[in-house]
Amino acid sequence: MGAVVEAQNLIKHFPIRSGFLGRRVAYLKAVDGVSFSVERGETLGLVGESGCGKTTVGHLVLNLLTPDRGSVRFKGVDVRHLRGKALRALRRNIQVVFQDPHSSLDPRMLVKKTVGAPLAVNRLARGAELVQRVKAMLAEVGLNEEHVYRYPHEFSGGQRQRIGIARALITGPEFVVFDEPTSALDVSVQAQILNLVKELQRRHGYAYLFISHDLGVVKHMSHRIAVMYLGIIVETAASDSLFAAPLHPYTRALMNALPEPDPARRTMRALLAGDVPSPVHLPPGCRFHPRCPEVQGICTQRAPELREVKPGHRAACHLYR
Amino acid sequence: MAGERIGAWGRGKRPLRINVFDEFRRQYAWQIRELGFMVRLLGRNPSAVAGFAIIAGMVAMALAAPVLAPFNPIQISLGDRLLPPGGAHWFGTDELGRDILTRVMYGARISLWIGVIVVVIAGGLGAVIGAVSGYLGRRFDDLIMRVMDVILSFPPLVLAMALAAALGPSLNNAILAVAFVMIPKFARMVRGEALAVKEKQFIAAARASGAGSLWIVWHHVLPNCLSSVIVLGTLILGETILIAASLSFIGLGAQPPTPEWGAMISVGRKFLMDQWWYATFPGVFILVTVIGFNIFGDALRDVLDPRIRR
Repeated sequence: MGAVVEAQNLIKHFPIRSGFLGRRVAYLKAVDGVSFSVERGETLGLVGESGCGKTTVGHLVLNLLTPDRGSVRFKGVDVRHLRGKALRALRRNIQVVFQDPHSSLDPRMLVKKTVGAPLAVNRLARGAELVQRVKAMLAEVGLNEEHVYRYPHEFSGGQRQRIGIARALITGPEFVVFDEPTSALDVSVQAQILNLVKELQRRHGYAYLFISHDLGVVKHMSHRIAVMYLGIIVETAASDSLFAAPLHPYTRALMNALPEPDPARRTMRALLAGDVPSPVHLPPGCRFHPRCPEVQGICTQRAPELREVKPGHRAACHLYR
Repeated sequence: MAGERIGAWGRGKRPLRINVFDEFRRQYAWQIRELGFMVRLLGRNPSAVAGFAIIAGMVAMALAAPVLAPFNPIQISLGDRLLPPGGAHWFGTDELGRDILTRVMYGARISLWIGVIVVVIAGGLGAVIGAVSGYLGRRFDDLIMRVMDVILSFPPLVLAMALAAALGPSLNNAILAVAFVMIPKFARMVRGEALAVKEKQFIAAARASGAGSLWIVWHHVLPNCLSSVIVLGTLILGETILIAASLSFIGLGAQPPTPEWGAMISVGRKFLMDQWWYATFPGVFILVTVIGFNIFGDALRDVLDPRIRR
């Protein structure tokens, strides 16, 4: 089956300017060669610490940022070459749900207009038909039809996130990016939203890119998982395989950090020491070596490549050669 | 017959008009509540009440001038030249025997009209320029803002004078000149707000769903700047009236026999030594009106600014 979205070797470096003339003094290597693909009906979880570049990946896929190098293909077509009508079609097929349900809804816009905006700007519906479709969409995400004439501040965090989901799904996209959709919510509300998102995927076959720093949430949501560290993917595998046997030391450290409910199974934890190095001055060799518990001589010399260790399970580490 | 109508307004079948009204109320429930809340806050603020009373009084006077004014504002009556206040002429008469109270009342129409027109033009253009400039950013923003800085670097009255003189003395040209001078004040403020709004996630969401820059500016950026524009507009209105009166005073605004406050002072100045009432009453009205708009604008800013509010 062909991938709905395919990212190939995405690179995005942000120049850091300084001085009066805005000289480029350095580059922040936010995304430094990331490839993945997402198929229909599948969720790819993208997990990593804050500042590892996962949100930038989301923005690149959404075409909100242009990659310095590499390409994003939607159903085999490079999105950078799209203009006009084809670009509109792309916009309506790739949608996004953002993290903060307070900032992601315009406080001065009625729910009707917020949710209906993707229809309106793509000229898919207007007037009574638009209202009808907004109402149907609200019902689908578990809100009330009467909510169309309300403002965002009248809703709770969970309801707002439902509005955000309704806005993303109203054009019937094939691919949806979720950028930390639940990190601003209470745990109980989180579960409701996550289950809604899953249920909608089961019903409509959306492809999801699910970005989160919460390994537990990603495990619950994803079919496959990619672990990001400082702008690159260090390990990628099917969800079960990754949780059964994490290969990369970074992934293992992340999993050790998950709370273990059973005291008997709690082990000595190898937690990560130190901070994430600056993405401006990357360490030489493997980016993870300053924090890695299993660091070897070669790690400081050469960056490991992402290679298949087991079928369908790839890791970028010198331990597996 | 009347009974039937009353019945139709009751519980049973409701006429269509009511349903439309209900729909309107439901759709704008939040605005209506917000407006009620604002009105209550303003009502608790003494300077807002005072400012509002002055503005309302001036507007009422301007609207009712044809009904309330005792005389014709431009009818010359040489027998009644320069009469002191009292009797039939409460504010006295001018050198052509025209009643000054009447002319002051009609003058309110012109001054308020100038103020409203200028604020609508300058506020509208300034808000759009500022929003587009702030949203698009980069070179376009630099260019627009430097142009605005140039305009702002002149004292408003001096620039308005130069423009009005270049366009030729008439009321409409004075309006255009003052509006032009006021545009940067709105543009600067709205640009600042646009820079903040631009970073919000709903802008990224709109971009991701295919909205163009103009759509975003119109539907997201401008509505979020509206309350500040209203506040600034109220403050600018007072200043505008003052500048317009100044232009008329030096002969670049309203032309005789139009009863404009500034023009009246200009002529009355010559009689100030012996006939104090001629220039004084229009001057008092300018003063009171400008103060009214300023204190109301200040109070409105306090109420609309959520940081001060809650």
